[in-house]
Amino acid sequence: MNYLRDVGTLARKDLLLELRARDTLPAMLLFVVATFVVFHFALPAGSSDLAASGLLWVAIVFTALLGLGRAFVPEREQRVLDGLVLAPCDRSAIWLGKGIATLAFLGAAEVVALPVFALFFHGLSAATVAAVVLADLGICAVGTFLGAMAVATRARDLLLPLLFLPLAIPIVIGGVGASVVDSPGRYLAFLALYDAVFVLVCWASFEYVVTE
Amino acid sequence: MSPDRAQLTPVARRTRIPLSALAAASLGLVVLALVLVFYVAPNDANQGFSQRIFYFHVSIAITAYACFGLGAWKAFLHLWKRDPRADLESYVAIHQGVIFGSLVLITGSIWAKISWGHWWLWSEDQLVLFLVLFLFYAAYFMLRFSVDPGPQRENLSAVYALFGVVLIPVSFMAIRLAKQAIHPVVFTRHGPQFGGWILVTYCVAQIAMLVLAYTLYRVELAGKRIDVRLRELREVLA
Repeated sequence: MNYLRDVGTLARKDLLLELRARDTLPAMLLFVVATFVVFHFALPAGSSDLAASGLLWVAIVFTALLGLGRAFVPEREQRVLDGLVLAPCDRSAIWLGKGIATLAFLGAAEVVALPVFALFFHGLSAATVAAVVLADLGICAVGTFLGAMAVATRARDLLLPLLFLPLAIPIVIGGVGASVVDSPGRYLAFLALYDAVFVLVCWASFEYVVTE
Repeated sequence: MSPDRAQLTPVARRTRIPLSALAAASLGLVVLALVLVFYVAPNDANQGFSQRIFYFHVSIAITAYACFGLGAWKAFLHLWKRDPRADLESYVAIHQGVIFGSLVLITGSIWAKISWGHWWLWSEDQLVLFLVLFLFYAAYFMLRFSVDPGPQRENLSAVYALFGVVLIPVSFMAIRLAKQAIHPVVFTRHGPQFGGWILVTYCVAQIAMLVLAYTLYRVELAGKRIDVRLRELREVLA
């Protein structure tokens, strides 16, 4: 119970910061809509709807990267991470709290982005929406973890996409598969499996990222 | 032993096969494998002479997996037992894995060109998987050399190396899934009929590659350890 309270406090801190400063979510929204416009012109006239479905996943991954790149910036600038590591709470709570906050931002961005996609390109199936939800979990779990890693390095923002994209390839495969085939069950199951495996790995090993 | 010397990292483990014996063994085995591949193994019924690259391509791929596995195991030992030698060993194993992984991409590409006329085929699971792994482990080096040497670098490298062994099966599944919907299967590989000289040749080539990789691992490790030792000695003397 204490653990959950710690996680809740940390997530609330991030959401409150965003509510007051508003620097991540508007940027993500603007970025994802701008990406859709770019994609419209990147697709030659007469391209199939399937191509647009694939590009939706590119937009989601890059929008998430934009948010994830910002995730640990306050911690770095104010040296909060040192304080959190010293605090008498389980270290994995830091990851979980941050992950929940990023998930909230990404979800909020998609609540706007998916209808805009439907407006600009074509309607979305229920399977696509389910795949987006499942993919968000995996993206935020792995992305937050790697964000904490990247922030500890000299390269920082430069490193996160390099670390994240190879790990995001299975998510893109599962997501695109679920959006384009008639029976998406296997792809959704795969996404759920990815989430389960990586949430477990991240949760178990986060302590080593923030401590020496 | 002076207190200063006690702080130096241990140079090497004691119970080990001497490097010269390993080098001689890998030379002998690689030569034997070459002889078997080019002169003894029969020509493939469908693909003819070019199929012989299979013996190297597959054995190098297995060796690369073994290197990545060893790297992850050493990373695990680092996190679990705090073995002071494990970090460098993990890094060197992954380095060898990336070298052998690049060879898999090159040999696979040559085979694809000769058999199917294209340098790159998205329908080849193993090739695509190695491309993903290559990108993943290339980022490992970026990560490692972007952190100052010390406990934090060791931890970050170890955790990322562990992610690798989780990514291998997950990516493999994903790529198999992708083939069904996103990229239809265009070519199917003729499954080699194992038996007789084919099996013997393959086994010799596989052992040769594993011994070669282990030799290279030991050579690089020895060099890197001397490096570390030298730096520490300089610091002690300064």
